[in-house]
Amino acid sequence: MSQHPRHSAMLSISTSNSNLANAGADKQQPSQNVSTPTQSSSPGLRVPSNRKTIYDRHLNRSRTAELSRASFAFLFSEMVTYAQRRVTGIQDLEKRLNEQGYPLGLRLLDLLFYRTMSSSTSSSLSSSSTSSSPPNRPLRILPLLHLIHGPLWRLLFQRSADALEHSVSPETPNEYMITDNDPLVNTYISVPREMSMLNCAAFVAGIIEGVCDGCGFEAKVSAHNQPTEMWPGRTVFLLRFGDSVMEREKVLERAGVR
Amino acid sequence: MSYYFTILSPSDAPLFNIAFGTSKSGGDGIARFRFPDSAQYMNQFVIHSSLDIVEEAQWMNGNMYLKHIDTYPPAAAYISAFLTPSGTRFLLLHQPPQPPSTSSTGGSSLLSSSFSGASSSRASSSSVAANPTSPQTEEAVRQFMNEVYENYVKTIMSPFYRQGMEIRSPVFRTKVTAAGRKWL
Repeated sequence: MSQHPRHSAMLSISTSNSNLANAGADKQQPSQNVSTPTQSSSPGLRVPSNRKTIYDRHLNRSRTAELSRASFAFLFSEMVTYAQRRVTGIQDLEKRLNEQGYPLGLRLLDLLFYRTMSSSTSSSLSSSSTSSSPPNRPLRILPLLHLIHGPLWRLLFQRSADALEHSVSPETPNEYMITDNDPLVNTYISVPREMSMLNCAAFVAGIIEGVCDGCGFEAKVSAHNQPTEMWPGRTVFLLRFGDSVMEREKVLERAGVR
Repeated sequence: MSYYFTILSPSDAPLFNIAFGTSKSGGDGIARFRFPDSAQYMNQFVIHSSLDIVEEAQWMNGNMYLKHIDTYPPAAAYISAFLTPSGTRFLLLHQPPQPPSTSSTGGSSLLSSSFSGASSSRASSSSVAANPTSPQTEEAVRQFMNEVYENYVKTIMSPFYRQGMEIRSPVFRTKVTAAGRKWL
């Protein structure tokens, strides 16, 4: 409970590593490895009463389904309350929200590609042409940002983000900004005056960070309030890419990769 | 044709592996590698040695399916790779069956040998097994990878799964086996 999700993810990586060192060692008896779960499958593996596991459900089934906004708002308010316990300050709270979003971003990335892939293949099947190819993994920063700004935002909020900008300052070429005029997560959240720095869209920033990290673009993402007269809830997500990413970006630019 | 399929996390920890043989053209689906049974770790050595090439190809080619990327001639092992957007690697090692000259019992007449040669060439033109770099094989492996990818996405969408965890689900294993039987 006290562990941060990301740290526990790291822990599970290291433990599975040691498990798998063993697994590598007992590779001589793969048959035993295989037969243990199948033997114990009837008593050990619990299958829902309709005999359908997650593997039997279609991933596109809930594609156009929408979540009730009220239940999401309730759930999200509970998440904020949960994160608010035992925090030392606003930054700590935002960090916790960020960490709640991070694993979600890693997952959404694969789901997003699966859905675009399956829709493009099914459309190519129907039109019996191979013109539409499966989507490419983003290799450069700009395609990644377009992926976040467009498809990811549509998957989450049914619309694109409102703006995508590059930092104009020459000292920080690694900073990009994605703007959402009215973030859905903040719709029913009123921040007390003494915590005016807080932006609960740090959760969404965590999702973005997960997507960037998943694609291999190490980044730090934070959410900032930037109200305008027209959009009092306007939020800017600031993406700061790491040095390794910027170095690779230069190499890839020279190699002519898009 | 024998196959060894493995899923590696972005930090190269193995998450899942399975060995199987072809089920096409009368295959029984049992892996028969050229290494002795006591040296099956060779498959893992060969697969992991191709990771450098995967990491190089990863940034040059934006496709998820990177096709056939590496060959290990001493064992006639061919390696195909598939990268999920979140950096998980699917690697498939395929090894065509040993040429019949060494494995089959000799002493066949000229007629029968020419007949068997004709039948094997017919089999190789149609089957995935004998011709590891043909476009048909690439296509079959791609279909296999896509099917595994679908099941992998289902796995990671589970709220109880965290990135980097070993995939232990027996249902996942049967799904991969079924995909192998279907395409390879």
